[in-house]
Parts: sequence; C-alpha cells; structure tokens
Amino acid sequence: MLNSAFINACISLLGEENVLTKEAELITYSYDATPGIPREIPGAVLFPQTTEQVQGIVKLCRQHKVPIYPRGAGTCLSGGPVPLSKGVVISFQRMNKILEIDTDNLTATVQPGVVVATLNAEVAKYGLLYPPDPGSMAVATIGGTVAENSGGLRGLKYGVTKHYVMGMELVLPTGEVFRFGGKTVKNVTAYDFTGLFVGSEGTLGIVTEVILKLIPAPKYRKSMIAFFDTLEDAGQTVTDIIRAHVIPATLEIMDNVTIRTVENFAKVGLPTDAAALLLIEVDGNGKDGVEEEAQKVLEVIQKNKGRPKIAETDQERDSLWAARRAALPALAQVKPATVLEDATVPRTKIVDMLKAVQEIAKKYNLTIGTFGHAGDGNLHPTFMVDPMDKDEMTRLDKAIDEIFDVALKLGGTLSGEHGIGIAKKKYLKNELGSSGIEVMKRLKKALDPENTLNPGKLVPMED
Amino acid sequence: MGNNSFENDELLKRELMRCMKCGNCMAVCPVYGAEVKESAVARAKIALGEAYLEGKIKDKDLMNLIYNCLVCKSCMLACPSGVKYDKIILGLRHKLTKDMGKPWVKKLAFWNLTHPSLFDKGLKAFSKTQGIFLEKRGPRLRAPRAFLRTFGKRFDKDFVLPELASKAFRDSVNEVVDVPKPQATALFFTGCSINYLYPEIGEDILLVLKKNDIKTLIPKGQNCCGMPVMVHGDIEKAKELAKNNLDLFERLNPDYIVTGCASCGSALKHEYPLIFEGDIEYENKAKKWAEKVHDITSFLLKAIEFKKPKAELKLKVTYHDPCHLKKSMKVWTEPREILKSIPGLQLIEMKMPDACCGSGGSYHLAYPDTSLKILRSKMEDVKSTQAEVVATECPACMMQLGEGTQRYKVNAKVKHVISLLAEAYRRES
Repeated sequence: MLNSAFINACISLLGEENVLTKEAELITYSYDATPGIPREIPGAVLFPQTTEQVQGIVKLCRQHKVPIYPRGAGTCLSGGPVPLSKGVVISFQRMNKILEIDTDNLTATVQPGVVVATLNAEVAKYGLLYPPDPGSMAVATIGGTVAENSGGLRGLKYGVTKHYVMGMELVLPTGEVFRFGGKTVKNVTAYDFTGLFVGSEGTLGIVTEVILKLIPAPKYRKSMIAFFDTLEDAGQTVTDIIRAHVIPATLEIMDNVTIRTVENFAKVGLPTDAAALLLIEVDGNGKDGVEEEAQKVLEVIQKNKGRPKIAETDQERDSLWAARRAALPALAQVKPATVLEDATVPRTKIVDMLKAVQEIAKKYNLTIGTFGHAGDGNLHPTFMVDPMDKDEMTRLDKAIDEIFDVALKLGGTLSGEHGIGIAKKKYLKNELGSSGIEVMKRLKKALDPENTLNPGKLVPMED
Repeated sequence: MGNNSFENDELLKRELMRCMKCGNCMAVCPVYGAEVKESAVARAKIALGEAYLEGKIKDKDLMNLIYNCLVCKSCMLACPSGVKYDKIILGLRHKLTKDMGKPWVKKLAFWNLTHPSLFDKGLKAFSKTQGIFLEKRGPRLRAPRAFLRTFGKRFDKDFVLPELASKAFRDSVNEVVDVPKPQATALFFTGCSINYLYPEIGEDILLVLKKNDIKTLIPKGQNCCGMPVMVHGDIEKAKELAKNNLDLFERLNPDYIVTGCASCGSALKHEYPLIFEGDIEYENKAKKWAEKVHDITSFLLKAIEFKKPKAELKLKVTYHDPCHLKKSMKVWTEPREILKSIPGLQLIEMKMPDACCGSGGSYHLAYPDTSLKILRSKMEDVKSTQAEVVATECPACMMQLGEGTQRYKVNAKVKHVISLLAEAYRRES
C-alpha cells in the first residue's frame, strides 16, 4: 500500500482529478492486451500534463521507493505497461498535445499521449504522413509506440518507429530532464540516443516530448490479391518481388486456416482451397512508377502460378483489404481466446517458418492460423484456445516455446514488433547469450541504479 | 443455474473471456472521450466484471463505474473479436443490482414503468400539475423550478425538457386507422416518449403511414418496451414488459411493427431475443417478431412502396444518428434518403454525425458532467454545419439535443425526420 503522505504529495502536485486511488479504478490499470502474464493492481494512477509534473512524480517515487509503471493506451502485446507491484502507473493519456507541425522541416513535435491516428489525421491536412502504423494505431499513443519501437503493415517499405524519431525529451530515473536530437536530418553528436531509448520499454527513461520525422504522403497506390496452391509458390513470390527490386508498401500473407476462417466468417469470396494468399500494395508519388511496379509484381505472381486479382477502384481495394482486416476477428470467433505471437524470420525463410508452425500445431493438437507481414518476415501465428481447458493451455506453452526455438534457428528474432516486456523475457538469453544479458543489466544499472522504472520488464535482472 | 448469461455466472464469464483487451473500444467510446480514463471503456468494464465474478471486488465504486456507460454500442462496431458487450453490461448490471440493490429513486421510477395503468394515470395527473414543479420555458418546453435544483447537478438554470402532453397520443387516436386500399398492415409501436412527451411526432408518423396506404394499428394495450429497466439490469421486469408486448403482437398479428423511437426499435429487434435466451417459447416469439420490426424510415424504403413527397421544404438540415438506430438496428442510410427525398431540403453532414449525444436515457441525470461534455462537442459539430434543423429519429436524443441548443446557443431546431416528411406531405394538399 502507498502511504497517505505520498498520495497527498501526488494530489498537491497534480490536482485531485489527476490522481486515482479507488480500488475499482485501479483494477482497470492492471492489464494490457497480453494474455496470461503475471499482473498486479497498482497503488495509484497518476495523470501528469507537463514535464515538470513528471519530474516531480519521479522525485517523489525515488524518495518513497515506489516503482513506476509508465503507460500509454495499454495496447501492448508483451506486458510493457502492466504493474507487477503496488507501485504507481503514470498514464500519459492526458498529456496529449501536438506541439508543432513543421511543414518545412517535415517534423512534428508532440507530447507522449498523442494518439498515432490523431497525429496522422492532423499531418494529412498538409499532405504528410507519419508511417508507423501498428494494428492498434486508432488508440495507441506515440509514447507507447516509441517505448516499444512499434512496427506495422508499412514496415517493409517505410521502416518502424525508430526510423522516425529525430529527438526527444526524457525524465531520467534519477529525476533529471534530458533532451537530445532535434530537427536536423543529420546529427552524430555523442551516442545514438534514439537507438538507446526507442524500444527501451520504459525501463531507462520516461518520454515527455518527441520530435518525429514526417514524409510526403504517397499520392498513388495499387492493390492486388493473389491466391496460391502451395506455400512454396507464395514464398517464392515474396522473394521474387524483392528480387525484381520492387518494395511494396504492404506485402501480407495468410495461410489456409486463416483463409478458411475468414471466408466462413466474412464471406468475402476467398477460395477456401488456396494454400496461401498474398495481399500486395505498391505506392508512390508518380503514377507511371506505381503502374510499372504493379506490372512487375503481376508478372512475378503469374510466373509463380499465382491467381491475381487487381483492385481497379477504391471500392475494390476496400473489399480486398476487408479480407485482411477480418483475419483476427474471424480467428477470434473460433475459440473463446486467441494468443497472438510475432516471431520474425528473414523473409527468405517465411515458408520454412510457416511449415514449422503448421507442424507444431499438429504436434500439440492446437488450432493455429497464421497471417502477417510476409515482406518483412514478421508473422503472426495466432493460437485459438480455450483458457478453461487446462490441458490445452499447457500444450500452448510448449508450442510457443518451440515456435521461438525455430525462429531463432532460422536466423530470426523473438519479436518483430510486440516487444519483450514480461511475456518473452525468459527467452531473451537464447537470442542474446550471457554477454548480451550482461550488457542489458549494466545499461539498466547505469541509468536506473535503484531499479525504479518499470522493474521486472525487459531486463532479466535475476539471471 | 439457468441456461443464459443472466442467470448463469459461468456463461457470463465465457462472454467476458472473448475480450482480448486490445483496447480498440477506446477510439470510439464517448465516455472515454470526455473523461480520458480507462474505467470508461468496454474492456475496463469487462476487466471489472471478471474481478467481480471472481469475488475480488464488490463496492459502490464498482457499481458507479459499471453504470458509467451510455450503452451506445459504439464499441461493438469497433470490436475485432465480436465481444457481445450489450449482453455483458446488462448481465453485470443485473447481477450487481441483485447483489447490492438500486437507489430508491430508480426503484420508484421503474416500479411505475412496470405497472402500466398506474404509470399512465400518474403521468396524466402530472400533466395537469406539472406547473408546480416545472416552469414554462417556451412552446412545449419546461424547466425545473429553482427549489428542484438541489435534486441533481443537471437541474441548473439551463436545463430544459419537453412538456408533458395534456393528452397522450394513444388516447387521441383510434386503435385501428384504416385506408381504402392498404399496401400492408403495420402496428405502430409508439413507445412512452412519443405517447406522453411528443404526441405530435405520433400524429406525423400516422399521417405518413396513411399517405403511404398503410392500415395502422395503435393498440392501447402496448406498454413500455422495457429498455429503461433493462439497461438498469432489471431483466425480470424487462421480460414482463416484453412478454405483454409480444403476446399483443401475436394476438393482432400485423404484417409489420413500426417504431419512431430508436430505443424501442432496438429493444424489439435486438434485446428481446437476447433477454429471452434459453426460454424457448418467448425466444422464438421474440425472434419471429424481431424480423418484422422496422424503424419508420427503413419501413418506408425497404418494406413497402414509398410515395415521394412533391411539395418543397426549403431547409438546411443536418442529421444526427441515434446510437440505437445506427449501432443497434444498423440503420443509417434510410433516414438520410428520406430527408433527401424532400424537394428543396439540403442535407449537410456533420463531421461526426454518429457521435453519441450523451443522453443515454437516465445517464444524462446520473452522470451530468460527462453527459454535458459529450453534448457540447455534439452541439459544436451541429453549429459548424449552419443547419437550420437538426433531424434525428429518437426522442431521447431530441430531448438532449433540444437542451443542447439552449445551453450552447445553437440556432437550430430539433425535429424528428418524419416530422419533416409529414410537413412536406401537408404542403402538397
């Protein structure tokens, strides 16, 4: 329990309306979107609106030895914002101003609570785009996506969050404010702090302001879908598209289980006997260039025995995308719960990975539908399970362990975009080795000597 | 243990389990938009429901948070896993009120609703004496007198509500209104608001039905649809009311049931089958009649041959989507088509026509601050269209929007869509 002196100090710092202490309110900050991880109901929830207030909270927490759990919208898929003790949750949802959109330097300066979709709606007014587009972008905050280094459908061509952070302001675990970077395209002053803090999952500093890079929004696009009789043909198509030097904005794959489930659920006219489908969109600022790329993709599809369908109108494009959007909702209908993973492999290995997932599903008698970002090797094997079936849950744990094993053997990684958090911490050593774990621990201790910030996440201190 | 989620906790738990806690509901929840805290959104209510069913919490704060929801169903449209949030929130409220009781004011109001003849007599007596409590604020508008202000935060100097009609709609018309060559027979389910507060809308709907050659039944035996008691978790009383209505439909056996109130329509079409889950006789009846229920605009355009109005109505109109019409009955193009069928009428869309107005039945009295915040952004949107009329299809929205025009000085009249169509028909002759 937090003592009343601490709570009162928080209230005088933030005002009563920005401090939650009722049990019922606190319960609603004890989870994110990650199933089956340990969690605790926090002792208080705080809503700062300025950097000074964040600084004040950090100082208070240090003084009272209270752990801090920073939180955006709580859509994380690895447990990043989930409290593990009766510490405080700092919610950034009320610190949500877009401070500036600089249409000449092509930057946006924002507070951490700005929602990704809101930022995109604002910059779209100037013909600009902030490309990272995680599935949760309608609610996810910039602060959260910076902390998790989130990706999205456009990752293959446009990169992920870290490619768009030009500078930031943080409150360090020791209470100091630290600013780095700015609006310059080039900046090699000191260490690459963007690389250090983006993706640090709230363990090294609390983001209070971010300068983001914007790009001109592509004016033209062309979408198509292609069906394949074998996984190999689909996989070869992915490789050949890149080999033809076309980088599509999106290159998504769905396996047969997903296709059948989607068709059964949404009746969008997918052939249920297809082994896989690819959904491809090329975009750009020149009409001819986009047409030319679409033509190349089409040739590759045909060469690999795929059956393509091109969207000629916006309406047709929407109906193609309806299939992709229906993937998760449809799979979610099959069983009471879904568990979504994001093991990632080099794109030349996606066929091996898809086949391995299918074998693991068979071995453990589980239903798995796989879809995801084929172009960047970031697959989402989705387990459909019943949490009340204890035996099935045990088999699920084993299957997940094996999926990570295979991904690493294929030269891949534990997480393409969801982060490590609580959920994947135990696998970390398999990828980084003892020396890697040691580097992480040293970094954490150097910046957060008292382990105040998001303790228990990302860094396996106990190893 | 019954075989539905209202009586069986295990079944309710299974419904809760479907939520992945992805948080997509946050993007569309009007209460979250106003309060900016997690407890507002659907996944939080579900997490609270889980904690409650596990026996981890049961207190006044929990009750307060579970009731802090407009049941607008916006989250259900945004939900990627098809969580049946309406069923869940009714189930949780049902269990909570059984566990903890409900405030006496609500008890009294709902006791009244479920005793239709007393309710009817009471309201009629009140219509003659309302001046004691409510002062005149314009034609057919009233406001609580100063001494009532202590009763609720919402009852300030800017609060207005429609006057209780001196004669209820169903008392002023025949139970059967025939036409020479009927296309079909429709039972006009008036609902309480049209009957007692807006009888002129009842007149307009009747005129439109007659003009389109519909034989109309307006049985006096119809009672409250049950929505008000249902959303407060009183499923037993809601079932009583629903049974009366369903039995009446069985007896009169019309081709269609037509409503002019989005909430009544939603109850008949969507909630009746839901609350009778497991009761084979009434579940079947509810499903059968649900098929025949239409809101008045989709009835005109989809069920019968619609007579387009010929006279002009030179008006700039914006349309507000009632949540229960768009998100529950899935009707949003038809009211717009009806408006556009009126010559001279110009439809100007708001930026967010389907954003909730913040009424939520009695929500606007129980949670006045949040409700007014939601209403304020709605009214700003209305204002930006510069429309002369904001049209909608739900009496509860009309009350809320009507108050909004006064409170936030918006120069637009609030009208039912059908009242505009009726006006155009009247101008023909």
